[in-house]
Amino acid sequence: MKQVDKYKPKKKPQQKPDIRQNTRAGGSFFDRLKAYRDQHAQNLFSSLGRLVSMPFTSIMTIGVLALAIALASGFYLVVVNLQQLTSGLEASNQISLFMRDEISEAHAKKYAESIRKNPNVQQVTVITKQQAMDEFKHFSGFGEAIEVLEKNPLPVVIEVLPKDSLVDKDVLTQLLEEFKKATEVDFAQMDLVWVERLQSIVYTAKLVAILLAILLGFAVFFIAGNTIRLEIHDRRHEIIISKLVGATNSFIQRSFMYTGFWIGFLSGVFAWFIVTFILLIVRPSVENLSGLYEGSFHLLFFSYSETLVLLFASTGLAVVGSWLVLHFQIKQLQPE
Amino acid sequence: MLKFENVFKRYAETGDVLKNISFHLKRGEITFLTGHSGAGKSTLLKLIGLMERASRGQIILDGQSFNALNERHVPYIRRKMGFIYQDYKLLQDRTVFDNVALPLVIAGYGHHEVARRVRASLDKVGLLGKEKKFPLALSGGEQQRVGIARAVVNKPPLIIADEPTGNLDPELSAEIMLLFEQFQHVGVTILIASHDISLIEQMNHRVLRLDHGQLVAG
Repeated sequence: MKQVDKYKPKKKPQQKPDIRQNTRAGGSFFDRLKAYRDQHAQNLFSSLGRLVSMPFTSIMTIGVLALAIALASGFYLVVVNLQQLTSGLEASNQISLFMRDEISEAHAKKYAESIRKNPNVQQVTVITKQQAMDEFKHFSGFGEAIEVLEKNPLPVVIEVLPKDSLVDKDVLTQLLEEFKKATEVDFAQMDLVWVERLQSIVYTAKLVAILLAILLGFAVFFIAGNTIRLEIHDRRHEIIISKLVGATNSFIQRSFMYTGFWIGFLSGVFAWFIVTFILLIVRPSVENLSGLYEGSFHLLFFSYSETLVLLFASTGLAVVGSWLVLHFQIKQLQPE
Repeated sequence: MLKFENVFKRYAETGDVLKNISFHLKRGEITFLTGHSGAGKSTLLKLIGLMERASRGQIILDGQSFNALNERHVPYIRRKMGFIYQDYKLLQDRTVFDNVALPLVIAGYGHHEVARRVRASLDKVGLLGKEKKFPLALSGGEQQRVGIARAVVNKPPLIIADEPTGNLDPELSAEIMLLFEQFQHVGVTILIASHDISLIEQMNHRVLRLDHGQLVAG
């Protein structure tokens, strides 16, 4: 048996009339989309126009923001450059073996040969007492003082370069321990220790850079928000009149959001120029310094992707800061 | 068109400002709202414009009860009314064109349609050719007509005018009233708050008179 209920006409849910009916522009979807786009374009340019028409205020605000952003991103670049310094060192997990004083050069060379056979070793170099002395004279600046010495006090040194593939610290340490046990070796040192120390310094600097960026990010957020708050105050007459003729909160917010957008974007651009300008100033002296250490260190500037991140972050923070202020303040302004 | 049903408005500090107000404005009717100062005229206009809500009773515009509205509906209801003020409330840093265009831009019209309607509206109030002027460059009567053009540009069914001739001499006032009568002929409902007794008497329209918050005539 079929249920009779099934054929009863379904009760339609009572439809509420749309309150917005006849209060919005008609026309096709495409027409309305075009009008919407026009509105955005108009807001984009009129907010820029307002910034230009108040140059003093705009420059002050954008200047403060640009300095905050430049500080954060500049410190970040310093860390990136330091990192470049240690990444160059990462390959040199070299081990220096200082021979006992009584070991002759011939003995040392024989020992070096035996090391060379170790499958974990890539390269072995013997530095004779004389070579070490020449090098020391040349680089230390104590050349004349050393002339006075009757006997060469420097030991024979064997420099061992482990295989490139040897990145495992445990294997390296094991290798080091092996060398330490040898009777010929007085003292074995891995350069990696120094690299590690430098790396931990860089790591600390990186942490500081991140914290600084977060703090200054908040500064951008608050400064942008406050700027918008002041603009709302200046234009409250316009806001109230717009509300009287039927503007929604989001319509009013839009033009202010574009002000936030421009403030953030322009501050990002200025910060980029500030940091790049400072780097250009210090580049000759940094490269001079690097030359003194026979290094091939080149100062790094903002890359394309870093520039994009910088602009997106500064714009985004300013827009979000503006939005929060707008969200709470526009509601409160009501016509009386 | 606009109906008040037993509307009360009470403020905590001053008590009932409006008491049991009921009236019905029909489509295409011009009505004056008058009364001594403090009688509740401006409170009544605020209730219509949704700047304030009634404490009791209900207000119905075009079949829509205001009691059922929440805050986000308010802008759309305001688009059904054109407000005209004694102090014009124009944006001084915008041209006449931009002032009149504001309601259309808000409603989302494209710029061709905006330009066409703004011109039509300015033509109606006799200000065609002054689009590019700023309000301060116009006389008081002209500024008031800009305000009227802005109020009617969106073709709202209801116009609320608060002392529209308060700052104008009798001759200009008469011109403004003539304009209102033209709108009336195309079916617009008009409510004019005024205490210009001579003007009200010579116009011969319906009059709502408030006295200490109560409707005594109408």
